[in-house]
Amino acid sequence: MAVKPSERIMVPLPSHSIVPIEDMHKAPVLQTHQLGIDFGGLTAVNNLNLAIGPTEICGLIGPNGAGKTTVFNLLTNVYQPTRGTILLDGYDTKGKSCDQVSKMGIARTFQNIRLFGKMTVMDNVKIGMHNQLHTSFASSVTHAFGYKKAEKQAYDKAKELLDFFGMADLRHHEAGSLPYGAQRRLEIIRALATNPKILLLDEPAAGMNPSETAELMENIRRIRDEFQIAIMLIEHDMNLVMGICEGICVLNYGEIIAKGTPDEIKANPKVIEAYLGKKADK
Amino acid sequence: MSFLSNFISGLSLGSIYALIALGYTMVYGIAKMLNFAHGDVIMVGAFTVIVVVNSLGLPGVVGILASVLICVLMGVTIERIAYKPLRSSPPLSVLITAIGVSYFLQSLALLIFGSTQKSFPKVFNVAPVHLGELTIKGESIETLAVTTIIMVGLTLFINKTKMGKAMRAVSEDREAAELMGISVNRTITVTFAIGSALAAVAGLFFGATYGFIGPYSGAMPGIKAFVAAVFGGIGSIPGAMLGGILLGIIENLAKAYISTELSDAIVFGVLVLVLLVKPTGLLGKKINEKV
Repeated sequence: MAVKPSERIMVPLPSHSIVPIEDMHKAPVLQTHQLGIDFGGLTAVNNLNLAIGPTEICGLIGPNGAGKTTVFNLLTNVYQPTRGTILLDGYDTKGKSCDQVSKMGIARTFQNIRLFGKMTVMDNVKIGMHNQLHTSFASSVTHAFGYKKAEKQAYDKAKELLDFFGMADLRHHEAGSLPYGAQRRLEIIRALATNPKILLLDEPAAGMNPSETAELMENIRRIRDEFQIAIMLIEHDMNLVMGICEGICVLNYGEIIAKGTPDEIKANPKVIEAYLGKKADK
Repeated sequence: MSFLSNFISGLSLGSIYALIALGYTMVYGIAKMLNFAHGDVIMVGAFTVIVVVNSLGLPGVVGILASVLICVLMGVTIERIAYKPLRSSPPLSVLITAIGVSYFLQSLALLIFGSTQKSFPKVFNVAPVHLGELTIKGESIETLAVTTIIMVGLTLFINKTKMGKAMRAVSEDREAAELMGISVNRTITVTFAIGSALAAVAGLFFGATYGFIGPYSGAMPGIKAFVAAVFGGIGSIPGAMLGGILLGIIENLAKAYISTELSDAIVFGVLVLVLLVKPTGLLGKKINEKV
C-alpha cells in the first residue's frame, strides 16, 4: 500500500528553538500543532506543540501518568488524535495506519520490551527492514533471480547494524533468550533497521545499572552522529536526560509545562513543583 | 498386515485433517480469530471440481486449479466483507460472524446443488501398490505425497521468506509488527489465501477418498480439523500437522479395532485427555502474560 502523497509543509524551526547548531534554520523533522487526545471524558494529552530538529536529541520527561507514552502512541498513530496535527518530515500523518507512518520515517522502542522473542536476532532486524527488502512474493517462493541477491544485501545490512552495537556474534540466538540489556539494544537496532528519520525511545535505560546507562548514552550519541537522525526519548534517569539532550520538554497532566535546555529545566520552578509538589503555604 | 494398512489409511486421512487444521491454526495465530467457516471452504472446493470435471467435462488438472483459485478468492473475499470490519470487535462477535458465514455457504450450496450428494470424479489415477500382503490404496499414496510436499513448502515459506517472517512477527505481536512497517491487513489477506488454498487441496482429497460430496460435507472434517489444531496447540504450524496426523491415525485404528460408531467419541475423548494434561495442546507454547 503506497503512502498517498500529500502536500509537504516545510517551515524552518523558529529562531529561538533549542536544537544543535547544524539544525538551525532547517525544517523540523517532526512537528505537532495543538495535538490532543481524549479517552472518553478524560483528556490525556492537550495542546501539544513540538518541533524537533532533524538531528536533535530531545527529552520528554514528566511525572508518572503525565501522558508521555500516550504522546509516543499519538506520534506513531497507534492512537488517532482527537485534535491537532502531526507533520512528519513535512507530511501530515492524519488517517495513516501504523505501518504507513513507519514507512514515512518514524520508529520506536517500547517501555516493556516487545521483541519477536521466538525469532532469531537476525530475523528481528530483518523484520525491521521489511519495507526495504524488495523481493516479490513469487521470487521468494521460487528462490528465483534477484531473491538471493536481495536476501544477501539484507543480511549484510542487518549484520552491519548489529556490528555497530557489538551484537553480530549473537545473530543466530533466539531474541527472547538474550540477557535484558542485549534485548534493549536489539530493540533499538530493530527500530533503526526501518531506516527512520526520527527514533522514539520509550524509557531506554529502565532497569539498567549505571555502567549500562553510560554505555546507552554513548550509543544514543553514536546513533545520532552516525545515522544523522533525530531522537526523542522518554526517560526517568535524569543523569541520562540532562547528559545527552539538547532540548527537554516537561509534560504534566497531558500538557507541556516547560521547554528548554537542561540547565533551564533544572532551574524551572514549575518543573520542581511538578516533581516534588508545591511548597506548603506558610 | 491389516494393522499396517489401517495405519496407512489413517495417516492419509490424518494428512487431510492436517491440511485443514493448518488453515485454522494460521488464521488463529495471525488474525486471532476462529474461522468456523473454514470447513465449508473444503466443500466449495470439492463442488468446484465436480462442476468443472463432471458438468463441463474439462480435465482433472483444470478442476484442481479452478478449485484452488475459487477457494482463494472466496477466502479472501469472506475476510474482506465479513471479518475485516470486525477487526477491533470483541472475539465473540467475530466467532458468531464466522458461524454465520458457515451457514451461508452451506445454504448457498444447498440452493445450487440440492441436498443429494454428488459423486466426485476420479481426478487421479494412481494404481494401488501391493507390498506382499499389504495393499496401499492409490488415494492414500497421492494424499500422502501431495501433503508432504505442501507441508515442507509451507514450513520453508514461513521460516525463510520475507512474507513468512512478517506472518510470524504479526502472530507474535501485531502492534509491534505494524510499527516496524508491516501491513497487518496484507498479512491477514495472505494468510486467508494460503489457508483457503490448503482447504481446496484438502477438499480434493476428501472427495477422492469418500467419493461423494454434499452441502454439509465440509462440516465434520472442519470440526475434526479444528480439534486437530487444538490438539496440536492452536497457533502452532507443526502442531497442526502433528495434531491432524495423530487424529487421523487414532480415528482409523479406533474404527478398525474398537467400534466404528464410537470412533468419533474416542477421538474427542483423546482430545479431552490431552487437554487435561497439557492445556495448550501438544506443541502449544505457554503464554506468559506480562503485567
